[in-house]
Amino acid sequence: MIKALCARLFQKYRTNKFPDAPPNLPEHFRGRIEFDRNDFTDEIWQQTAANCPVDAMDKEKVCIDLGRCIFCGKCQQINPAIRFTSEYRMGTMQRENLLTYGHSIQLDEQLDAGIKALYGKSLHIRQVSAGGCAACELDFNVLNTLAWDMGRFGIKVVASPRHADALLITGPVTDNMRTALLKTYAAMGEPKLVIACGACAISGGIYYDSPHAAGGVEGILPVHLYVPGCPPHPATLLEALVRFMGRRQLDNRA
Amino acid sequence: MDFASFKNTGKILLKDIPQHDFDRFRDVLAEAINLQNCRVGALFASTGKLYAILIDPAEKSFKAACTAIGNSYPALTPHIAAFHWFEREIFESDHIKPEGHPWLKPIRFENAPQPGVTDYFTLQGNAAHEVAVGPVHAGVIEPGHFRFQCMGEDVYFLEIELGYQHRGIEKMLLTAPAKRHTHLIETAAGDSSIAYALAYDGMAAALAQQPRSKLPERAQILRTLALELERIANHVGDIGALAGDVAFLTSSAYCGRIRGDFLNMTAMLCGNRFGRNYVTYNGVAFDLGNNKLPFLRDWFERTVADFKNAWQLLADDPGVLDRFENTGTVAPEVMRQIGAVGVAARAAGLDIDVRRDLGNIGVYDKLVWQTGLKRSGDVIARLKLRRRELRESIRMVRALFTMLESNAASAAWSEDAPAADGNMIPEALAVTAVEAWRGEVVCCGLTGADGKFKRIKLVDPSFHNWFALVLALRGEQISNFPICNKSFNLSYCGHDL
Repeated sequence: MIKALCARLFQKYRTNKFPDAPPNLPEHFRGRIEFDRNDFTDEIWQQTAANCPVDAMDKEKVCIDLGRCIFCGKCQQINPAIRFTSEYRMGTMQRENLLTYGHSIQLDEQLDAGIKALYGKSLHIRQVSAGGCAACELDFNVLNTLAWDMGRFGIKVVASPRHADALLITGPVTDNMRTALLKTYAAMGEPKLVIACGACAISGGIYYDSPHAAGGVEGILPVHLYVPGCPPHPATLLEALVRFMGRRQLDNRA
Repeated sequence: MDFASFKNTGKILLKDIPQHDFDRFRDVLAEAINLQNCRVGALFASTGKLYAILIDPAEKSFKAACTAIGNSYPALTPHIAAFHWFEREIFESDHIKPEGHPWLKPIRFENAPQPGVTDYFTLQGNAAHEVAVGPVHAGVIEPGHFRFQCMGEDVYFLEIELGYQHRGIEKMLLTAPAKRHTHLIETAAGDSSIAYALAYDGMAAALAQQPRSKLPERAQILRTLALELERIANHVGDIGALAGDVAFLTSSAYCGRIRGDFLNMTAMLCGNRFGRNYVTYNGVAFDLGNNKLPFLRDWFERTVADFKNAWQLLADDPGVLDRFENTGTVAPEVMRQIGAVGVAARAAGLDIDVRRDLGNIGVYDKLVWQTGLKRSGDVIARLKLRRRELRESIRMVRALFTMLESNAASAAWSEDAPAADGNMIPEALAVTAVEAWRGEVVCCGLTGADGKFKRIKLVDPSFHNWFALVLALRGEQISNFPICNKSFNLSYCGHDL
């Protein structure tokens, strides 16, 4: 017992200050993309788009799909006018908000009052890995460690879908996980929310044209919250969840 | 000549690989594996031939041989047990039947209408009962299905059905443009991205028509650093998870946070906690400025001290140790026969490690380190081996910091045109093996006459080791499954691909 207490003193209090203080992001962190359409020619855009490993850039519309993007930074190398900012807040309830035409990406508003009344103080989540590489799961687990401690916000992982308010889905929905995913969703009580976490769940991501996966949750289940990234940084996911619950307003720093 | 030999990150022309008639093929493989201390790197079929790649520590090289096969051939598994999973894969993916295989059923359910719906090995009798778990588990982990055949609490047999994560990476690599290859490979197992990227990098560079100029020393040091940080983060996480599974929450909580610190160090190198997009064809994406080195060093030392403290709590608690001792034991000889690799194999006394057995990756030959070994093959051996490997990796990282210090910083090495776009050395086979934190990742690439990939074979350490978990559960109680499982901590996605 005394050893445990000494260890506790030695290890100190280590839960980070988020959301009161911004998270500590690394120098090379690649967050929300910004660009100014006037800074490059059509030709450069075409060339940049052709080199995107996941084809997340629309050649005609000059737009980047952050729901497909794996944040590899390749486009920035080819076309320095495209900038990966340190803006980690990217969760949104509207799929079209993830299409960025430059500066004008919109993060959205609150949940409607009804949902906020239900889930504002506690959100119980069941997670389903529907394919993918397990990185999203690992970084979701990180929110449970004492560094992030998502329990502070009333967010908890539950073992059974019967106890869950929300289903957090990772992975592109492989053919082999489709049935299990649908059964898990069916086992949840109403009302139920679906969170698509990571590029794979939103759009298929790196596996968007896989012969054995569906290309994301879209069209299989109704999605209420999209959290982009490959995988999303823990800060991106936690901020999205907390905002989703209406526990924190989005402060619109320019 | 029984085999053609070539070095790690090397290649060989297909015409130089000895082709034997089938009986001879089987005999030379059996002799090399059962009598000469070689182990299985990969076994795969391509265009009517069966290729076997062995790892030969005595010669520090790969050995390759092949034989012609039709739609079926006499199974190798009865003679060499380590091939059993590979032959099931060949049966499923290539529709070639290994006749006489003792347990022929799909491993990924890629053609089945319903995954997991299959005949299971069952136990008959009054008190016999069956427990089914998964694919959706209680925790936040990957999907897999487990069938326990029990009498009372005792598990007589555990059958593991995987394939839920099957995305078809190997197939996608054949059609996807080269710009996607490294990114796809990095997601084969998301917790081993650096290892996979290095394995693919070595393989692709070997097949490039234009030989790659020698990688700068500094880039090699940084690659090695990233690989060791990956190992440290995951070993610390596993130790914490094992503590958590026996409800020793102090060490579990600390280790969970400490693992995150090590991941953040990887993020300091490249912006991503899993090292995504760090390994590039010409080196690494970002140099670590020497002005940042003191900060990283200091952070590393503080985090190591935190870990030692969390470990000591665990190691001093007899209750914890008692739960781990003599739990989930697999005998060394059995591990050798089934071809186990990595942490699980070393914990059962098999002295294997491709960092030493093959070399040619990073700067390991300039570092002083030892491969850890434990003999007892139980949960505590796998736990203590991780601690042992951490000690070595921490020493290595310190040495790497010193090497960086004396090595002038340079600009980042941006990626040139990748090697893979249809212009590779035709009809050749290249293989690279990297010691990831679980064990060896093997990446084989075989090109056709047109200079394009005809077959890419990835072998995750988990591919060898899942059957070891099956054996670890025999005679255990169901309640010991979580700690047995966690002590192996195998990859579902790396197996399913």
